[in-house]
Amino acid sequence: MRDLITVVGMNHKTAPVELREKLSFQESQLPLSFEKIREINGIKESAILSTCNRVEVYSVFKAQTSNMEDICAFLSNFHNVPLEAFKPCIYEFSDDRAVRHIFRVASSLDSMVVGEPQILGQFKDAYGFAAQHKATGIILNRLFHKAFSVAKRVRTETRIANSAVSISFAAVELAKKIFDDLSACRVLLIGAGEMCELAAKHFINAGIYEIYVTNRTFSRAITLAEDFGGEAVPFEDYGHLFEKVDIILSSTGAPEPIVTADIVARAMKRRKNRPMFFIDIAVPRDIDEKVHDLSNVYLYDIDDLKEVVTSNQQEREKEAKKAEKIIEEEVAHFIQWMDNLEVVPTIRQLREHADHIRKAELQKTLTKMKNLSDKDRQAIERLTQSIVNKLLHGPSVLLKQTEKNGTGSPAVDLVRKMFQLDGPEGRRDSSSRE
Amino acid sequence: MYRYLILLTFTLYFGSMLLAFFYLSRPGERAIQWATYLLGAGFLAHTVMLGLRFYQSGHFPITNLHESLSFFAWCVALIILVVHKRFGISVMFSFATPLVVLFLALSLTTGSRLLPLPPILKSYWLPIHVILAFLGDAIFALTFCVSIMYLIQERHIKKKKMGKLMRLLPSLSLLDQLNYRLLSIGFPLLTLGIITGSIWAEYAWGSYWSWDPKETWSLITWLVFAALLHQRLTVGWRGKKAAWVAIVGFGLVLFTFLGVNLLLSGLHSYGRWS
Repeated sequence: MRDLITVVGMNHKTAPVELREKLSFQESQLPLSFEKIREINGIKESAILSTCNRVEVYSVFKAQTSNMEDICAFLSNFHNVPLEAFKPCIYEFSDDRAVRHIFRVASSLDSMVVGEPQILGQFKDAYGFAAQHKATGIILNRLFHKAFSVAKRVRTETRIANSAVSISFAAVELAKKIFDDLSACRVLLIGAGEMCELAAKHFINAGIYEIYVTNRTFSRAITLAEDFGGEAVPFEDYGHLFEKVDIILSSTGAPEPIVTADIVARAMKRRKNRPMFFIDIAVPRDIDEKVHDLSNVYLYDIDDLKEVVTSNQQEREKEAKKAEKIIEEEVAHFIQWMDNLEVVPTIRQLREHADHIRKAELQKTLTKMKNLSDKDRQAIERLTQSIVNKLLHGPSVLLKQTEKNGTGSPAVDLVRKMFQLDGPEGRRDSSSRE
Repeated sequence: MYRYLILLTFTLYFGSMLLAFFYLSRPGERAIQWATYLLGAGFLAHTVMLGLRFYQSGHFPITNLHESLSFFAWCVALIILVVHKRFGISVMFSFATPLVVLFLALSLTTGSRLLPLPPILKSYWLPIHVILAFLGDAIFALTFCVSIMYLIQERHIKKKKMGKLMRLLPSLSLLDQLNYRLLSIGFPLLTLGIITGSIWAEYAWGSYWSWDPKETWSLITWLVFAALLHQRLTVGWRGKKAAWVAIVGFGLVLFTFLGVNLLLSGLHSYGRWS
C-alpha cells in the first residue's frame, strides 16, 4: 500500500471570514504547529497554507494509518476553537483528489478571483516554511515542486490570468492598450465616489507617474490627494491640466456633462495629439459622448466597461476549462509516480531491467563465440544469472527491510534513480527539473 | 543547386508564415519561437543562395527583376529578425512574414537566367546604391505592417469591441513609436540611396538627375516620408494619420520599385518582367 496524501482545510467558499481568522496561522506559530502535527499517529510529512482566503493543512500519512480527524483535532486544540464550531466548514480530500485540489489552489483556479497571481507566492512561502522546519519529505517536496510547474503551465498555456474581471481593473487594462507603459502617465481624478477611488487605486498600483485630484469641495480634494499621494487642484482650474494629464477618471454628481468636446479638442491641439483616455463612471454622465469621436481620444463610460468585463468573464471560463485539463494530466502523472514509489513493483522492475541487460550482453558474446559446445553455453548463461542475482541481492533486501520499517519511499526513490528505472534523468517528469 | 536553394528558402519562409498564422488562432510563444527559427533558417539559406549567385555571375546579384525581388525579400526578412530581437512583438510575425513570402514568390515567377551584365551597370556605386535603397524600402515595409497593426488596434479600442486580436496586439503608443523609429532609420537610408544613385547616374549617364520615371517617383516617395516626419515633429501627426501616410508611402515604394518597371519606360528599365 502506498502512503496517503491528504488535505484538510477551509476557504472563502466554505467558511466565513470570522472563522478563517480564528483558524489562521501566524508565521511565528508555524514551528510549534509542525511539532504538534508530527505527534499525530502515522504522519510523515506536513505543510500549512494560511492566507486571508484559506487555511489548509497538507499531510502525508503512512499507509493505512490515515486519520484526518486527527488533523481537525489538532486545529481545534491549537487554536482553542471547539471542533463543532468549524467542522461543517471543513473539506477533506485524500489521494488523487488531494493532489488535484493542491494543483488547483497553486494554479489559482480555486481562488476568489480566478487567475489572480498572489496565491502562487503565498503557496511558495508555505512550502518554504515547511521545508525550513523539515516538515516536508520526499512526497510533499515533489508535490510542491510539481504544483509550481503546473501553475506555470496553466499560466503560460492558458490566458486565465490575462483578462480583467472587475471594472476598475478593466479600465487599467484598457489604458495599457493605449499607453503601453503607465509609468509615464498622469492621471486626473474628477469628483469622488467609491468606484472612482477604487479605480484610482488600481491605477496607482499599476505604477502611474502622478495623480491629480479635483473636487467641487476643495477640502475633499485635499484629503483624497493625501490618501493617494497626489496633488489637489481647485475645481475651476482642472481644465488647464488637460494639456498634461493622459487619463481622466470622472464621477461627479453633475446633472449635465461637465467636459465638452470643444474643451478636449482644444487641449488635443496643445498636446500635439498625444492620446487621452477618459473613464466616465458617473451616472448621469460627466463627459460629452462626442469626445470619443475626436481622433486619439478614447472615452469609456460605465456601461462600456461593464461590457468589457462580461466578455472577459466568458473568455476566462473557456480558459478555465483548458486549465482543468492540464491539471487532470498532471494529477495522473503524479499518482503514477506515487505508485512507483512502492517497494514490490520496484524490485520487480529492477530485476527485469537487469535481466534485460544480461540477455542483451550474453547474446552479443555468444554470437561471437561460435565454436562453443551447448554445455559451455549453458555454463556461461548460468554464470551471468548468478552474477546478476548476487549483485541485486543487496538492493532487494534493503528495499524489503525498509518496507517493513515503513521508511520505504526514500530508498525506493534512490534505487529508481540509481538504476534509471524511470529512464535517463527521470525523463517522465522532465517538467519538474527546474 | 541555385534552384534547390530557392525552393528551400521559400519553403522555410512559407513554414514561418504558416506558424505565424497558427499563432493568431492559438496564441502560444512556442509557435512564434519556431516561426523565428524557420525565418532565421530561411534567411541563412537565402544568404547562401545570394552568395552562390554572386559567385556564379561575378557581380552583385541585383541586376534583373528576379534578383532584385529576391534581394528585397532578403532585406525584409533581415529587418523582421532585427525588429523582433529588439522589440519582441510576437504578433508582428503574422503581419510581416507574408510580405517576405510574397516577394520571394514574385521573384520565382520571373526569369532567373543569368544574363551578361549590361556594361552600364558595372560600377561600385551600383551595389551601394541598391543596398541602401532596398534596406530603406524594407524598413518601410515593416512600417507598413506596424501601421496596419495600429489601425486594427485603434479600431478595436474605438469600436469598444474586445477580441482575441486586441489582446495579442501591443499598445497604440508602442505601435506609434515603432512607426516613428522605423521611419527615422528608413528615411536617411532612402535619402542616401537617392544620393548615391544620383552620383552613379553622373558616372553612367553623365548627369546627376534626368527626371527618368524611377527618379521622379522615388522623389515623390521621399517627399511623402519627409512630410510625415516633419509634421510629426511640428504639429503632432501621429496615430491614425501617421499610420495612413506610412501605408501610402509604402504603396509609393512599391510603385517606384515594380510599377515603374512595369508601366513606364525609362533609363532604369533593366528590371522588366520577363
